[in-house]
Amino acid sequence: MTELMQADHVPLLFAAAALFCVTVYVLADGLDLGVGILFLAAPRDQDRDVMMASIEPVWDGNETWLVMGGTLLFAAFPAGYYVLLPAFYLPIMFMLFALIFRGVAFGFRLQATRFRPVWDAAFFAGSFLATFCQGLILGGLIEGVPVENGMFSGGAFSFLSVLGVLCGIGLVGGYALIGAGWLIWKAEGPTQVFGREIARAALILTAAMMLLVSLWSAWSVPEVAARWFALPNLFWLAPVPLLTLAVIAGIWWAIWNGREAQTFVLSLVLFALGLFGLVVSLWPYVVPRQVTVWDGLSDPRSLAFLGVGVMVIIPVVLAYQAHAYWIFRGKVQHEGGHGSYG
Amino acid sequence: MTMDALALSRLQFAFTVGFHILWPTLTIGTAWFVTLLSFLWWRTGKTVYRDLMRFWMRLFALVFGMGVVTGIVLSYQIGTNWAGFSRSVANVLGPLLAYETMTAFFLEAGFIGIMLFGESRVSKATHFFACLMVAGGALISTTWIIAANSWMQTPAGAVADAGGIFHVVDWWQVIFTASFPYRLAHMVCASFLTCAFMIAGVSAFHLWRGQHVAASRTAFSMALWLALVLAPLQIFIGDLHGRNTLVEQPTKLAAMEGLWDTTRGPAMTVIAWPDMAAQKNLYALEIPHLASLYLTHSWNGEVEGLKAVSPADQPNVPIVFFAFRIMAGIGMLLLMTALTGLVLRMRGRLYDTRWFQYLAMTTTPLGLVAVLAGWTVTEAGRQPWIIYGVLRTADAVAPVAAGAVTTSLLIFFAVYNLLLLAFLWFAGRVAFKGPTDTSPEVAERPGMERASVGLFTHSPTTPLPAPGAGQAKA
Repeated sequence: MTELMQADHVPLLFAAAALFCVTVYVLADGLDLGVGILFLAAPRDQDRDVMMASIEPVWDGNETWLVMGGTLLFAAFPAGYYVLLPAFYLPIMFMLFALIFRGVAFGFRLQATRFRPVWDAAFFAGSFLATFCQGLILGGLIEGVPVENGMFSGGAFSFLSVLGVLCGIGLVGGYALIGAGWLIWKAEGPTQVFGREIARAALILTAAMMLLVSLWSAWSVPEVAARWFALPNLFWLAPVPLLTLAVIAGIWWAIWNGREAQTFVLSLVLFALGLFGLVVSLWPYVVPRQVTVWDGLSDPRSLAFLGVGVMVIIPVVLAYQAHAYWIFRGKVQHEGGHGSYG
Repeated sequence: MTMDALALSRLQFAFTVGFHILWPTLTIGTAWFVTLLSFLWWRTGKTVYRDLMRFWMRLFALVFGMGVVTGIVLSYQIGTNWAGFSRSVANVLGPLLAYETMTAFFLEAGFIGIMLFGESRVSKATHFFACLMVAGGALISTTWIIAANSWMQTPAGAVADAGGIFHVVDWWQVIFTASFPYRLAHMVCASFLTCAFMIAGVSAFHLWRGQHVAASRTAFSMALWLALVLAPLQIFIGDLHGRNTLVEQPTKLAAMEGLWDTTRGPAMTVIAWPDMAAQKNLYALEIPHLASLYLTHSWNGEVEGLKAVSPADQPNVPIVFFAFRIMAGIGMLLLMTALTGLVLRMRGRLYDTRWFQYLAMTTTPLGLVAVLAGWTVTEAGRQPWIIYGVLRTADAVAPVAAGAVTTSLLIFFAVYNLLLLAFLWFAGRVAFKGPTDTSPEVAERPGMERASVGLFTHSPTTPLPAPGAGQAKA
């Protein structure tokens, strides 16, 4: 372990671990945030019951990856943590408020009778706002944040950018697509049809925003353009957009014609490609164009302690999270709330 | 500008962490209670345990949800509002918090679905296992977070460089600091004690109403046995913790006692108004030598006073002083209640003494008040330090605009109050409705409870586990 810590590839391992957490978070919480975004669009109350029941047993585990990402950033790349979090103060706070509302809506909606529409609205609004804020943060990250003396030096609103708004809209569409794919897989009857109908709209929005975000960031951030269009890179990276196009076409076809899980799985692939593109644009920075993964790393002794945990525990975590999904496999059996909630 | 952001950030952290601490306190205790009930249901097959388990699981679900959503806030606030602190301690606290997430949050999250929604899909044994994982996760989480907090109170095993960045030299010392075992025991015991009185109070309500009698008697009896063990234990642990504080954080202890001058054989100040400007107590009511007895276990022990440090390095004395009295007072009250319960039990009148039911109902929220007061003592008592003796709170704040913090603080205030109202509304409804009684009606058999004084003996029916009872809907 200690010898490993001396090596230059240590930052790569921890960057990979952090990236892995972000990816799992986006894919997993993407599905339940997506179901939340579609919540009010569903035509019937029964659809909403099924939608909520489908994510009830797993949302908490999904959201825990957000905490994991935050604490891993704190532990492995502290510079990223203490520069980026103050830089995105307002969108992070509003994301947290939104997550609070949708989190308690799970518990309270089941208990509520008269005010159920209120909790429905809270669940939708929370999911939507949390997603949009994540988009704002993403866009702001690509644009970069002002840093002086190793600390964030901008104002309360320096996170705000056109790119952020575009990313926000794109992420809403993307999560909605994953959510719709999840419903096609997990629901039956009218709810499944609803999933199929809304999936195409979500796909169009997602594809359009992916294109816009790519063009806009290439246009507004020269470093990003240089990364993609410099000569050897252009050939190596050309398959990424092409593959993305192919996946988009695949989803379009799969929504009505594919196997039930196909839309969901392909949406995850689409997101993975988007994240890969993001990494290409920003590597090797924790704080874009200010702090690299090598500069921002914490102590070897801290990393060794942390690394053991990450390598031993995360696989176990993945195993029992998969087990939790397995227990609730198959179509959602809706009986006015799961199990003990009579 | 910076001062404003500092004061606002402190207020926001105090408010959000103070609100948050209520839910883990309830989560730990109720999770273990549900786990115990799940075990008893699995091993004995008595439906009363299943009914109680489902009832407390419904309340647990609400509490757990509140804990999760208010906890995520904290893990981000350390960065958003306390960037100076994050920069200084990332090497030390980063891994601890990451371990908390990996070993506790994921464990809870991975099994909470099976615990709450999977009862009909898995065997009784698997359900018990899921409960055990969730309850165990809650305890593991407590351990890591108390380790992190204790390191901030009594730092060890790490050294700060010229730039103020801490580097770990010994992880063992970082985790097992001088105050860690006492703080951990005190917190865990507080959680169990709080929940014991919560369970006793809710059960007393149903006994008072004369509903769900079988289940409520069982729960009432279990809760009061627990309280009888935990209340004196907590006072004993508290005493150890206090004497540890005397050694490790003498200024905090002096503020708790309201002791200004370093004194041989100090008196216990029952009540007073600590005047920080005059550096003395006004209207003090004292019992000679008593503080010396419980702090140093000797008649004339020496205890350091607040004046040993300059007024700028003293915490806000009245806050610490009164918070400590609230906590200790409630501790004594809970002990008295538990002892009263024992007396009534020995006389065979535990379940039908009306005034004791009122008393038990009154004590329902007191544990939480004591936890908040205790938290205030330990956190306000270490000011002006964020890392005791090393890093001042004023140097820990993030470069955020005061306006942004004002905005978030106001929204937190509004949202959390709304949440609390919603929680009280829903949890109150569940609690008042009580356990769903699925056991067959039993004729009253007076004197039954006199005959059996054993641990979990109050299930007046012979068990009649219906076929497929595990699948029955609540």
